[in-house]
Amino acid sequence: MLLRHTPKEITERSALMINPAKTCQPIGAMYASLGIQGCLPHSHGSQGCCAYHRSTLTRHYKEPISAATSSFTEGASVFGGQANLLQAIDNIFTVYEPEVIAVHTTCLSETIGDDLPQIFDKAKKEKKVPEGKTLIGAPTPSYVGSHVTGFSNMVKAMAALAEPSGKKNGKINIIPGWVEPSDMEEIKKLSATIGVNINMFPDTSGVLNGPLTGEYKMFPDAGAKIADIKDSGKAIGTLALGEWCSADAARLLDTKCKVPCSILDMPFGLKATDRFVDALRTVAGVTVPEEIMIERGKLVDMISDMHQYFYGKKVALVGDPDQVIAMTEFLVSIDMCPIHIVTGTPGKKFEERIHEITAPMGRKVNVRAKGDMFLLHQWIKNEAVDLIIGNTYCKYIARDEDLPYVRWGFPILDRQGHQHFPTVGYKGGLRLLEQILGVLLDRKDRDDPESKFELVL
Amino acid sequence: MAKAQKLVQWEPHNIKEQLLEKYPPKVARKRAQQIMINEAQGNTTPEIVANVRTIPGIITMRGCTYAGCKGVIMGPTSDIVNLVHGPIGCSFYAWLTRRNQTDAINDTNANFITYCMSTDMQDSDIIFGGEKKLAAAVQEAYDLFHPKAIAIFATCPVGLIGDDIHAVAKKMKEHFGDCNVFAFSCEGYKGVSQSAGHHIANNQVFTHVVGKSETEKTDKYKINLLGEYNIGGDGFEIDRILEKCGIKNISTFSGNATYDKFASANQADLSCVMCHRSINYVADMLETKYGIPWIKVNFIGAEATAKSLRKIATYFGDQELIDKVEAVIAEEMPDVLAVQEQVYPRTKGKTAMLFVGGSRAHHYQELFNEMGMKTLSAGYEFGHRDDYEGRHVIPNLKVDADSRNIEEIEVEPDPLLYKPRKTEAELAELAKGGVTFKDYEGLNPDMEKGSLIIDDLNQYEAEKLVEIMKPDLFCAGIKEKYSIQKLGVPMKQLHSYDSGGPYAGFKGAINFYREIDRLVNSRVWSYMKAPWQENPELSATYVWE
Ligand code: SF4
Ligand code: SF4
Repeated sequence: MLLRHTPKEITERSALMINPAKTCQPIGAMYASLGIQGCLPHSHGSQGCCAYHRSTLTRHYKEPISAATSSFTEGASVFGGQANLLQAIDNIFTVYEPEVIAVHTTCLSETIGDDLPQIFDKAKKEKKVPEGKTLIGAPTPSYVGSHVTGFSNMVKAMAALAEPSGKKNGKINIIPGWVEPSDMEEIKKLSATIGVNINMFPDTSGVLNGPLTGEYKMFPDAGAKIADIKDSGKAIGTLALGEWCSADAARLLDTKCKVPCSILDMPFGLKATDRFVDALRTVAGVTVPEEIMIERGKLVDMISDMHQYFYGKKVALVGDPDQVIAMTEFLVSIDMCPIHIVTGTPGKKFEERIHEITAPMGRKVNVRAKGDMFLLHQWIKNEAVDLIIGNTYCKYIARDEDLPYVRWGFPILDRQGHQHFPTVGYKGGLRLLEQILGVLLDRKDRDDPESKFELVL
Repeated sequence: MAKAQKLVQWEPHNIKEQLLEKYPPKVARKRAQQIMINEAQGNTTPEIVANVRTIPGIITMRGCTYAGCKGVIMGPTSDIVNLVHGPIGCSFYAWLTRRNQTDAINDTNANFITYCMSTDMQDSDIIFGGEKKLAAAVQEAYDLFHPKAIAIFATCPVGLIGDDIHAVAKKMKEHFGDCNVFAFSCEGYKGVSQSAGHHIANNQVFTHVVGKSETEKTDKYKINLLGEYNIGGDGFEIDRILEKCGIKNISTFSGNATYDKFASANQADLSCVMCHRSINYVADMLETKYGIPWIKVNFIGAEATAKSLRKIATYFGDQELIDKVEAVIAEEMPDVLAVQEQVYPRTKGKTAMLFVGGSRAHHYQELFNEMGMKTLSAGYEFGHRDDYEGRHVIPNLKVDADSRNIEEIEVEPDPLLYKPRKTEAELAELAKGGVTFKDYEGLNPDMEKGSLIIDDLNQYEAEKLVEIMKPDLFCAGIKEKYSIQKLGVPMKQLHSYDSGGPYAGFKGAINFYREIDRLVNSRVWSYMKAPWQENPELSATYVWE
């Protein structure tokens, strides 16, 4: 047993987090920054944080993750990190020549109280920022929220670049939230098929699922352009996907530039995708093309074809709030029963939403925001499930409890595919279903007695 | 890049110039001292600047003190509860990511390696102090797991707000009575790299654990293996070989380590140091306090393994052991040589670059030699000057502010447990016979004259080096992996091996030969360009015409 010390009996813990279902803010900010064209993320703190964040993102995306650090030592920790950051900005623009440096803080620089805007001013005054280049910054203290909060804070910093304007550009801003590069691509494709002119940021497609060609560009020709992000102030409206990841940025665009916004769920599964498509067509005033209807129909078709294998199956689910909310809804919509649900990110609304979504199941559901995977495992020990869905760390639970398991969320350190195949939209729904079916039917094939082993399923 | 020519002859000074070209003058001056062309200047030996601060903004390969302490040294221990005091991130990232393997043998033995524990500090803890929360977390860990020991690690904000983790540890230890609790002030900002963290970890283990075992180890040839972390199962293979020879490794620091193994390290009769960088001072302290001599060993490479086994046998001096070691080598070598022969024609003449850790860039050159591969350039991510130039420079190392941060512990002979294992005369005799004690030669003497030895290589320089010198293989860590590979050059991680292993010992050598053969001869590297890119001109006719 890999997690042999996890007892069935649940005791409340007030101070000890075991096997967390979240990590810290800067990694989210770093991921978001990589979705800006020509951007070098910069971690303001000691180099260890940056090394860890780069390593984890690298392992998840299997792509180079470049990011610089202020490399604090004891001196900077005592006297403040201004000198280090000024020096870093100078070195970065000279050596790597990015268009943008996106600085996020760490718990170190936050604790000593370094003031990014003030340091940026000084850098500009000292001519450390070449003409036409951009500095953006986000506070990302790790002792607040989670990696999701850090992502949201950096996206908000992007939105802060938007310039208010009386003239509208006829576009719709889409803030996709923390989804995979493949998902961002799918969102762009969906919008294009519907015929909506969008401006999406951040956009990691093409940055974190690039080709192997024998050439390496630290800044690939992909990502959201700074000019477009600035232009987001001229959009007709903003669709923000995910309350936790995207709402702050969307609301800022609303108050600052009077761009009205609508906060939607991330389009995982049938219903959330329906709402997203509906919103797109409404704001753009277009009709949904037949192509999309066919895609949707295929998803509905697969649900009906294979319903017998989903129906009533119990699921344990762990991940980030926006994703988990949408996934819970999807599972319920196909008559599965998500019964143990955990996110590590704090937020009261999470538990409320999950209870709302699962209410039609008419049974008790364990939900915890600010939970951890130790608790999730204990719940599973108390009431068994048929399937577990979550990031790579779930594989230990899955093996110990002998459970079918679908990898989904962040981080996935031991499999490929998430960066290339979307799980959002109707297409993504098909892929999710295929994965779920795959593990459930593999299990059936493995466990059925020989007399029940059937060719046709 | 695609057009970069493979040069026949490089001029090292010219390469160095190219590496420095783009830096602002101050940075260039600093980097120039860390990029060494391996050649004697007049009467002096080559000298390099190492273990100095990373330059802000220059994308570094390094990690931090905490990573060295929790990640490297304490991470591989199995029955100690490792509890990180701080916000969640640091604990999360060090959770199973180094590929340390453990074998607790059966389900009833404690093994906490799969658990990631943290106090998950919140802003209120930062404002009001986190000691109470830490004490509560230690209590909860004790109640849940009843471990033999709980180790507490401080991350950056803990040092800043001044939580006294050592006081909490002491209090809890007294409170429990049957659980040793100790703490590490390994905040990331201390020191300039992971190396500071190794030091902090080792010092505390030495202070709080070594010598505390009550079980007597009665094996005949008892050694400690220091600086081996069981990445990809290296330690398992080394132990297999030692056992076969009749040598008992009673305590590995810290691959697959247990509390009791640390605690009985004082009972060994010889300490064998694998990674000099991460632990050489522990070997010294074990000698001073308990009278255990130490030698440097290297189990990376079949020849190196054989040499190290012979060294150990010579030390113990019994003919029976010496014969047994020879028999084991004779038994193991044919398989190794068979595979070596297979790959040799495919790897011979290929070139590699190694930029890893604080000993690995040196150790792995032995394996490459066995395959006929040449190391063009190498350096350490967090080495000190002695790792490059040899142990003899230690007395001349200047102590700067950053090194002064790291506590040095003074040890004296233990009034009860000190027992010299060999007399001065015996040691002198052994030395005459070629067993060198307390020594490490460093990387430089083994590298070719004129090769480039670079400390704290960064991403920019790595790409430049690859572009200019076009090695057949690059070895570094996960952060470097994909940028190098995008350039069409295979990259092998040597910190945690991406996948595969063990690479130590005899079986490890076989694994490594095959792995490197796979990497440098993989067909994938020939697919970078599509056929129509090789021959862009359109010709008028097509095949079927
Ligand atoms: S929790 Fe803080 S110190 Fe740790 S990795 Fe995250 S930002 Fe860095
Ligand atoms: S070479 Fe480095 S990474 Fe390896 S064991 Fe030594 S200190 Fe650790």
